[in-house]
Amino acid sequence: MSAMHVNVERDRCCSSGQCVMTVPEIFEQDDQDGLVRVLLSAVPAPRFADVRLAAELCPGGAITVTEDDGAGTAA
Amino acid sequence: MSTPTAPVTMIPARHDTACPFAPPPAYTEAASTGPVSRAELPDGSPCWLVTGYQEVRTVLSDRRFSADARRPAFPFLTEGRRELVAANPSFLRLDDPEHARLRRMVTGDFLVKRVEEMRPGIQQIVDEALDRMIARGGPAGPADLVADFALPVPSLVICLLLGVPYEDREEFQANSRLLLTTEADDRDVARAQEELLDYLGRLAERKRTEPGEDILSRLATREDLTLREIASTGVLLLVAGHETTANMIGLSTALLLRHPEQVARLADPAAVPGAVEELLRLLTIVHTGVPRLAVEDVELGGTLIRAGDGVMAMLSTANRDDGLFGTEGHLGVDEVDLDREARRHVSFGFGVHQCLGQPLARAELQIALATLFRRLPGLRLAVPEEELEFRTEALIYGLGSLPVRW
Ligand code: HEM
Ligand code: SF4
Repeated sequence: MSAMHVNVERDRCCSSGQCVMTVPEIFEQDDQDGLVRVLLSAVPAPRFADVRLAAELCPGGAITVTEDDGAGTAA
Repeated sequence: MSTPTAPVTMIPARHDTACPFAPPPAYTEAASTGPVSRAELPDGSPCWLVTGYQEVRTVLSDRRFSADARRPAFPFLTEGRRELVAANPSFLRLDDPEHARLRRMVTGDFLVKRVEEMRPGIQQIVDEALDRMIARGGPAGPADLVADFALPVPSLVICLLLGVPYEDREEFQANSRLLLTTEADDRDVARAQEELLDYLGRLAERKRTEPGEDILSRLATREDLTLREIASTGVLLLVAGHETTANMIGLSTALLLRHPEQVARLADPAAVPGAVEELLRLLTIVHTGVPRLAVEDVELGGTLIRAGDGVMAMLSTANRDDGLFGTEGHLGVDEVDLDREARRHVSFGFGVHQCLGQPLARAELQIALATLFRRLPGLRLAVPEEELEFRTEALIYGLGSLPVRW
């Protein structure tokens, strides 16, 4: 099974909200500081494409997606 | 690659009256020669025109390009603005950390969830503006959709958020327009900026003693901000918050009236957000480009840009970049397709200055356009399209008026 993990560097976030609009199940904006938070770092397969798009759209380059195709690494 | 024979584009370039919805043809021609080409500013100084999608994203997100307009060689479309902006820069024209310090004081107001909570209020403002337009125009019109709908809706919304009395709109709408035209006399622009700063400064002072539930009150009661900083943030939010969305509503309506077969898509609530992304992409109302200054040498799209060179990032050509939006081989072709996957557009910019108001702008556009075409299914132009007044001299592209019937 392939897996996807998402990480954010909060100090690169400029609160554009793009990630929340693209995949609300995975990202949210913190009430206190307005910066991104990850709700679910292990991304479910149906959201892979949206999360890749969110990383591409992030204006601050704050989102990193790591994918492993499940070929060797143990989950 | 830019070669010595490549054209030098004079900016701002003129629009093509035959296709008023498209960016000026000079920009698309420049884009067809490569992602980076030479241009000349109105004062005769050289600057780089960056037209490719990836290159535009690099210029707007790479710290080697500065947005600080106080730097001496920063590119300006009207020389008269240099001193004005340098004397009172809003965070739009500052770099981090100064930019981040001021931007972060207002990010909380534009979070996606805050804007979601505002939707019922925006819907009500939209419905009431339409009620008034219909009451005034009678059962079949006519009315000016810009004055009666496109401008009041975002003006009312930003006034409520900021805590600016809407009754004062005559003053700030006229002054906002002056700030955003390339053709006004420098002294008039200076006066407009001073009046707006004074107006918001006075309002903030009053809110220090009588605070309300609004952005200006919150800024006014902070101890780490000067009155001038509050006023310039207020002017930025007020101007950016109504002129942009107003122009998008007017232009989108005029474009959709050309494509009645597309209007039906707006009746499907699930299709509306995507439709708005396509309109944002295609109309790219920030037509004149986003200015930056290289502060280090940068190799960009095969061209060496030197520290000290001015750069204009052209969002409109980036939004038409070959192949990116299913437009292979159609650079510059302006087909509207409300079902297109358009979310990669850069109409709100990119990098740390990417539009702070984008969740709000999207909500306003989605609600305004869907409601307009639902309530007035017979909407049509009241004059021949050739007679529409496109504001070709404005920094933010739009229509001066839009006479309609229904
Ligand atoms: C369709 C409507 C809109 C469009 C196309 C638009 C476009 C843009 C663009 C391209 C920028 C980046 C400029 C640069 O990098 O130099 C920007 C910045 C900004 N916009 Fe918008 N905008 C829109 C609506 C709004 C609204 C409704 C607000 C509400 C307050 C707003 C507030 C701002 C602010 C405060 C900035 C400066 C952000 C910064 O420098 O960090 N905009 N906008
Ligand atoms: S897209 Fe990037 S900058 Fe925008 S809110 Fe999400 S993490 Fe922050």
